[in-house]
Amino acid sequence: MERPEVMNWKPTASIEVLRRRAQMLADVRRFFADRDVLEIETPTLSSAANTDPVLHSLSLTSDDSKKQFYLHTSPEHAMKRLLVAGSGSIFQIARVYRAGERGRFHQPEFSLLEWYRVGFDYHQLMAEVVELLQLLVPELLGPRAALKMTYADVFRRYVGIDVGSAAVADLASALASHDIQFVADELDHRVLVDLLFSHVVQPQLGRDDITLVYDYPVDQASLAFVRAGSEPVAERFEVFVDGVELGNGYRELTDAIEQRHRFETDNQRRLLQGLPAMPIDEAFLAALRHGLPECSGVALGLDRLMMLLVGVDDITQVISFPID
Amino acid sequence: MATYSTNEFKGGLKIMLDGDPCSIIENEFVKPGKGQAFNRVKIRNLKTGRVIERTFKSNESVEGADVIELDMEYLYSDGEFWHFMEPKTFEQFAASEAALGEAKQWLKEQNTCTVTLWNNDPILVEPPNFVFLAVADTDPGVRGDTSGGGGKPATLETGAVVRVPLFIDIGEVLKVDTRSGEYVGRSKD
Repeated sequence: MERPEVMNWKPTASIEVLRRRAQMLADVRRFFADRDVLEIETPTLSSAANTDPVLHSLSLTSDDSKKQFYLHTSPEHAMKRLLVAGSGSIFQIARVYRAGERGRFHQPEFSLLEWYRVGFDYHQLMAEVVELLQLLVPELLGPRAALKMTYADVFRRYVGIDVGSAAVADLASALASHDIQFVADELDHRVLVDLLFSHVVQPQLGRDDITLVYDYPVDQASLAFVRAGSEPVAERFEVFVDGVELGNGYRELTDAIEQRHRFETDNQRRLLQGLPAMPIDEAFLAALRHGLPECSGVALGLDRLMMLLVGVDDITQVISFPID
Repeated sequence: MATYSTNEFKGGLKIMLDGDPCSIIENEFVKPGKGQAFNRVKIRNLKTGRVIERTFKSNESVEGADVIELDMEYLYSDGEFWHFMEPKTFEQFAASEAALGEAKQWLKEQNTCTVTLWNNDPILVEPPNFVFLAVADTDPGVRGDTSGGGGKPATLETGAVVRVPLFIDIGEVLKVDTRSGEYVGRSKD
């Protein structure tokens, strides 16, 4: 701890950047007001938590109780409960929390713009994402076209493998041929796929366009609908600009039984990895049993949009005070 | 031995990799939206001086390198080794050219350097951030030109070459930032 008189108290974003941030929030609200999408707010505190083994919730206890609460990693469950309750299409600008995420593009506390469109399929939602990006970052993204590629396409194009049929050995030799030195005791299929995606594929995406990658492997379905067929895929997409992931969307899974199964599988994977199992969100599952309307939803990282808007390469330059 | 989680990775941290002590130069956190997080790091192998890139799964632990950093006085060079003395114990250490690297050009006798020891062997020598060195050779100074525009090369007493303003003359003592290799100003005394 530095001495109090030399502690740096100053914001890491300039007041000018904060002004542009306020303008971006106003633009977002106008965009959705024009489309009759309702702004809503949901709690950041929950007694349930995200089960996904790659997301780490921050937990809280109070000084007068043993009960544990979690800060949400996204407002997804609560927003879907509103959809079930008949809200129609909704959006939210939410502060969310993810432990252990810190880097040039990550802070453990950040801002998500999340919205759900009742009756939209995921291609319609992708089109709306592009429209919004072009409105919010007009100079950079206004002139850019959308480029849509499936997850299998980008692996064929940038890694040169068929990710659907690739075995661990194929993935490992692809890593070697791209000169990536990975330090690990054992090689896990899913980890190697993520490694190739983040180190080889992602830096190439959205160089001169707005790239939308869609139709993800079933083991990366998360909360997305899985389309059956000879090669089933998750109806999920991500959007990339200049090699940076800006957002993630799904045609939403509406099947409560399948959703419970995914939560339980997540928790089993957590235990295998030595992570604690997380309390499953029963209110969310009860809402799904009641019936989620067919819809698609997406969350964009507002801080990263700000980084594109003002042209900086560190997230702390667009938020007032990063974590110490 | 201490271990470090990838969460604690930052520039300057010393870890063991492939049996060699290494120093982290750069640490980048990389994470696909809904996927495994990684730490992609640039590391200098302190024994060979080579810079390599490695990727770790986030939250993995890595063994720390059992190195100590000590302030030592630079004594002299015999051409093959550079000799340093720990001022409290008067213990002397001989560092090889590989351990010196870029530091060599800034070393002046009696300067204090940071010497990193691994198994009591100097593997890295870092010069002070600022050194005061006399100009051994440069084009004649241009009197009255204090505009700071332009500039010229000057060879310092240790052999280092830095870019200096036109008004600097041979024999003047300059303050130089060893991290950037840039002229900072004239010595006040």
